[in-house]
Amino acid sequence: MAKYLVLIYGDEKEWANSSPQEREQTERAHRAFQSAAGAALLGGNELQPPATATSLRAGSASRPTVTDGPFLETKEVLGGYYLLEAADLDEVIALAGQLPEVAASHSGVEIRPVREHG
Amino acid sequence: MLAATVRVTRDLDLAEECAQDAYAQALRTWADSGIPERPGAWLTTVARNRAMDVLRRESAFRRALPLLVMEEPAAGPEQDDRLRLIFTCCHPALAREAQVALTLRLLCGLTTAEVARAFLVQESTMAARITRAKKKIAAARIPYRVPAPDELSERVGAVLEVVHLVFSTGHTAPSGEHLVRRDLVDGALGLARMLHSLLPGDDEVAGLLALLLLIDARRDTRLSADGRLTLLAEQDRTRWDTRQIAEGTSLLAQSLRGREPTRYAVQAAIAAVHAEAPTWAATDWSEIVGLYDVLRGLWPSPVVELNRAVALGQRDGPRAGLDALAPLLDEPALATYGYLSAARADFLRRLGRRAEAAAAYEEALALTDNDVERAFLTGRLGEVR
Repeated sequence: MAKYLVLIYGDEKEWANSSPQEREQTERAHRAFQSAAGAALLGGNELQPPATATSLRAGSASRPTVTDGPFLETKEVLGGYYLLEAADLDEVIALAGQLPEVAASHSGVEIRPVREHG
Repeated sequence: MLAATVRVTRDLDLAEECAQDAYAQALRTWADSGIPERPGAWLTTVARNRAMDVLRRESAFRRALPLLVMEEPAAGPEQDDRLRLIFTCCHPALAREAQVALTLRLLCGLTTAEVARAFLVQESTMAARITRAKKKIAAARIPYRVPAPDELSERVGAVLEVVHLVFSTGHTAPSGEHLVRRDLVDGALGLARMLHSLLPGDDEVAGLLALLLLIDARRDTRLSADGRLTLLAEQDRTRWDTRQIAEGTSLLAQSLRGREPTRYAVQAAIAAVHAEAPTWAATDWSEIVGLYDVLRGLWPSPVVELNRAVALGQRDGPRAGLDALAPLLDEPALATYGYLSAARADFLRRLGRRAEAAAAYEEALALTDNDVERAFLTGRLGEVR
């Protein structure tokens, strides 16, 4: 078994402009995903929007430089994540493929294998 | 044998080393005691045992335990392992160029240097590409298996695209001295045959094999005795491989029995119309144009449009052909495609518009890297100057 991080990306404006019905549909789809994942689901969260983010980079002396906003300024922003455990990539693809963000045109998902230490 | 060893090791590099060791051992042993009755099975057993020995000695053995297929009940025939291996090499999580490189290296047995030459890159670049792909397979745990029935047809599609690409690259090499790279053509034919024997009910696979057989049937007539390109119009049809044409035609009939034709079957049907025409002049161009109409519905592509326009030019004359090519001049995907310029040049030449034809032949030359094709275009350019 191996762990995979599923990163959910999308167009911030599309997400911000979605209607209450669309949000309800999305939440239902996520609950269905979580149920389908079952024991494979180790964790996950929706994230607050990128405007709430704070980034740190190397600064002068021993203090980091603190800036407002996400680390990468991109059109598609990170909206949430899940941590899954599965035997192989095909299992993760089959699960993550059910996420509503995969079907929507402006968003999608990245599957990143976790490097295990020790 | 490599594929069977991968099943044991789940590690492509180790499997390759063990396979090589097994061959080396075979050469030593068989020289003394003769070739065993089932050499394939003997080699597989030796390679697997060697792999098990290596793994037992490594401390990684215990950690890798969940990954290993230990004593599997009744190991599948070697062919099933090759099927698993080709689906792994052509997994959608790998980039197309990685899929092609792995397939050529691990299934067709080409050396890294040979694969590099086929795709016009440095050997070190190709070695890095193959290493990265193997690392991706290991790190992301791309599984070593034939896909489940509900994913199979989609995954077969990717495998067939790779096989087709290998064939096309070998049939007309994009650059270099020689028109044909026989190792790639034979590699692709071998893979298509393997896929057909293991997935006999799959119409798309049958269609691709039919297409490759029908095109390859012309291999002995594509070059003149002095190595010049011989067009389809001028090939000596008595020297086409009639046995291969018969096999291709029969497979084509089989592949058309399903609900809808696949794009390979339609391409094979076009090749079959050529194969059955006694001469270029007697070719049923209406049928070919009709088949291209079907093909463009299944596989909308500027290259299909180009080929259809050429066929249309044969049916309705060069003026009509030129008109059919006109919209393609704005097509960005064909901007560096030498065959578009060559097709225009040919129509212009036949219309007696020599200056325009010369310009088009020069354009085609600028976009063509294969020496044999360049020599042909240079000859045509000389005719219209």
